Amino acid sequence: MMAQLTGNCNEMEAKMSRPVQAQRLEGLDKNVWVEFVKLAATYPTVNLGQGFPDFSPPDFVKEAFVKAVSGENAMLHQYTRVFGHPALVTILARFFGKLLGQDIDPLTNVMVTVGAYEALFCCFQALVDSGDEVIIIEPYFDCYEPMVKMAGGTPVFIPLRPKTPAPGKLMSSGDWQLDPAELASKFTRRTKAIVLNSPNNPLGKVFSKKEMEIIADLCVKHDVLCFSDEVYEWLVYDGKKHIRIASLPGMWDRTITIGSAGKTFSATGWKVGWMFGPDHLVKHLRTVHQNCVYHCPTAAQEAVAQGFQREFEHYGKPESYFVQLPQELQQKRDRLVQSLLAVGMKPIIPEGTYFLIADLSDFKAEVPNLPDCEEPYDSRFIKWMIKNKGLAAIPVSAFYSTAQKRNFDHLIRFCFVKEEATLKAAEDILQQWKLKKTGP
Amino acid sequence: MLAGMLFVPQRFLCLGIRTQLLKTVSSLRSFRFSALATMASKHKNAKRIEGLDSNVWVEFTKVAADPSIVNLGQGLPDISPPSYVKEELAKAAAVDRLNQYTRGFGHPALVKVLSQVYEKICGRKIDPYTDILVTVGGYGSLFSAMQALIEEGDEVIIIEPFYDCYEPMVKMAGAKPVFIPLRDKKAGNSASSADWVLDPTELASKFNSKTKAIILNTPHNPIGKVYTKEELQLIADLCIKHDSLCISDEVYEWLVYTGNKHIKIATLPGMWERTVTIGSAGKTYSVTGWKLGWSIGPQHLIKHLQVVQQNTLYTCSTPLQEALAQAFLIDFKRMDDPDCYFYSLSRELEGKRNRMAQLLQEVGLKPVIPDGGYFMIVDVSALDVDLSDMVEDRPYDYKFVTWMIKSKKLSAIPLTAFCGLETKEQFEKYIRFCFIKQDSTLDAAEMILKKWSKQTA
Repeated sequence: MMAQLTGNCNEMEAKMSRPVQAQRLEGLDKNVWVEFVKLAATYPTVNLGQGFPDFSPPDFVKEAFVKAVSGENAMLHQYTRVFGHPALVTILARFFGKLLGQDIDPLTNVMVTVGAYEALFCCFQALVDSGDEVIIIEPYFDCYEPMVKMAGGTPVFIPLRPKTPAPGKLMSSGDWQLDPAELASKFTRRTKAIVLNSPNNPLGKVFSKKEMEIIADLCVKHDVLCFSDEVYEWLVYDGKKHIRIASLPGMWDRTITIGSAGKTFSATGWKVGWMFGPDHLVKHLRTVHQNCVYHCPTAAQEAVAQGFQREFEHYGKPESYFVQLPQELQQKRDRLVQSLLAVGMKPIIPEGTYFLIADLSDFKAEVPNLPDCEEPYDSRFIKWMIKNKGLAAIPVSAFYSTAQKRNFDHLIRFCFVKEEATLKAAEDILQQWKLKKTGP
Repeated sequence: MLAGMLFVPQRFLCLGIRTQLLKTVSSLRSFRFSALATMASKHKNAKRIEGLDSNVWVEFTKVAADPSIVNLGQGLPDISPPSYVKEELAKAAAVDRLNQYTRGFGHPALVKVLSQVYEKICGRKIDPYTDILVTVGGYGSLFSAMQALIEEGDEVIIIEPFYDCYEPMVKMAGAKPVFIPLRDKKAGNSASSADWVLDPTELASKFNSKTKAIILNTPHNPIGKVYTKEELQLIADLCIKHDSLCISDEVYEWLVYTGNKHIKIATLPGMWERTVTIGSAGKTYSVTGWKLGWSIGPQHLIKHLQVVQQNTLYTCSTPLQEALAQAFLIDFKRMDDPDCYFYSLSRELEGKRNRMAQLLQEVGLKPVIPDGGYFMIVDVSALDVDLSDMVEDRPYDYKFVTWMIKSKKLSAIPLTAFCGLETKEQFEKYIRFCFIKQDSTLDAAEMILKKWSKQTA
């Protein structure tokens, strides 16, 4: 009996000494959004932080959603096809098939996910194993790193390196480039995939065809997969062109291309995303999806399908939302650039996305440099700015690996997909700030 | 030859012949690469999903999508959700900010009302921000709980028959599923879901030092069993003794029929701190296509599910959560009133349950009357259908359902889809019908069954 009791005690101790949570979560608990979204909600702020529009999705898509939920077809409140609502995968296949010049089968090459976020999750869970390396270009949308780790993979980072712009010119996201030799050195026999995000969040870089070809060549050479996060595909400015890496030679068979209704139709709260690619890869993502969320909500998928149908019919025309939105956003971008210049922050002009990074290196800030402080400068700066100026942004160091955070901690990211009143309010805050600093 | 060419460039680099490399690569570019995909182990799936690709629903929902088939298979209500639920969603969609991101772990209005509803039921304080996570359906809660709390080296007890996703989810988390069957105490003559019970000694034998959790599903899919307090106490005692967790799938919590009471295992002494309780909007409001669910439990467990959420899909749909919150507010206010949808739906379904049971009895079958949920299992071996010409190596119930869909235009789900390999023989004479169907669907089913019984008579 004593032995049995002791045995039970040892059993209990062993179990209790182990943490209750799984090891795969180690180091994944911090999250910049959870922290900064909460802050922006706690204080009265003009919120140029988290990336979401503060204006409405376009009418045609809102109407489609209302129609779907209140229409005659009550079955739009019930489960639809697991891998994507038929109407949606059909139009996605047709739309992107045309753009890529590729035959895309709606049932085997396309899958709908809960936002692009879930599509990314499926990529890593389906195709990355313990011991695999995944190349991530810095700065990167912050979830890539924890997702690689949760899949047991090893992230291998390579930074975009800023080149000094021509004299008299403002720095552009195009001035941030990969060093081809450095990139080539990151590919090893353990490299499973590279994550590409173009247009890039937070920098706004739109990779050129030449830059993509360098990446593509390495993928082909090392037989590496490419997870291409193209959620901002429509938001390109100054006549730039968004290149889809899956359309380059040798790339269709190794690329998963990810898109988002949230960014495409300014409806981030709908959480409808998708991916397309070759069946031999997509089938593994289907396996993850069917064991993870299984179905995606039906009504929003119906609405997004209607939205794409309308855009397919208006493609390239002036009334296309995909033409109007970037035009509108380019103007907002330019306006924010001027506001930041006026106060002494150095904007890096984004070629795409609705984000803009401002360099604080020359900004005479009220927030002191504290070299021994663990928290990066930009994070402290923004917290101060939220509390004292009522203006929210996101620290760019959040988009860098631990090793690089210190080198890029004087950059803050503003989001400009905001209505006029919000941008005007931000402008006013910046003006007041400038006046306060320069005096009467 | 192509394979050889791919590896040559490395050597060329070492010899410093870069231009040769570029020429080789550009000539390779002009070939179609699909053939090379097979040679590449890099295109292979990760180990965690090995063997998890098949799925009974993907198979049977495809087959039953034909509108000429009376679909009593998948748990899909063809009844309309209450009108105020649909109206709330239309209202939410018209508000600008409700089309944008909300709080990752759950829309504030929703987690607040969920905490109110469940505080009332559980008789304890539930913090909306730390004790609740909103997920993509009950399914998403199951996944988050497994990814958060289960890993390689763990064992997880699964009671058979089980909602089919439990097994692949446990495996994907790297753990070992340990099965224990519900046994028909009437030895093949069961008439009620209450006849299906766990053997206490057998259950105790499944627990050991590696048992991280047991998955409980009450009311139970597919049998419809509503676990009694004594049965839950048995499970609770073992969880406490072995310091195991309980993942309690209670998505059918409101669908409990006369004479039965749904009891939350988390309310038993010593259980709140080790239980994650899962609920579903889809089942609560007949809106399976909204895919909203929730996990409720102690902060020290829910916080890990929240970490999974922020690394998997970050947040759930805003307008859906807002609409659900408003619907819950309406029903929370009338929780002491019989008109509350939680109770009125249950009454409606009890009527359909009784009708379904009668239809099956009239054709000489013996359905297992469920105490809860909206499924009913029935032993079809009495029909003695000859399926010997169906050569594929599948359990009897799979073949039976395939045959029934084709020749009778009526669909159901084979029960062995809900079992581990060892128990297939025990369950292969049963099929599962779903009765959350409008009257016209049940009328059509009645016609098929009556015609069928005339043919066999």
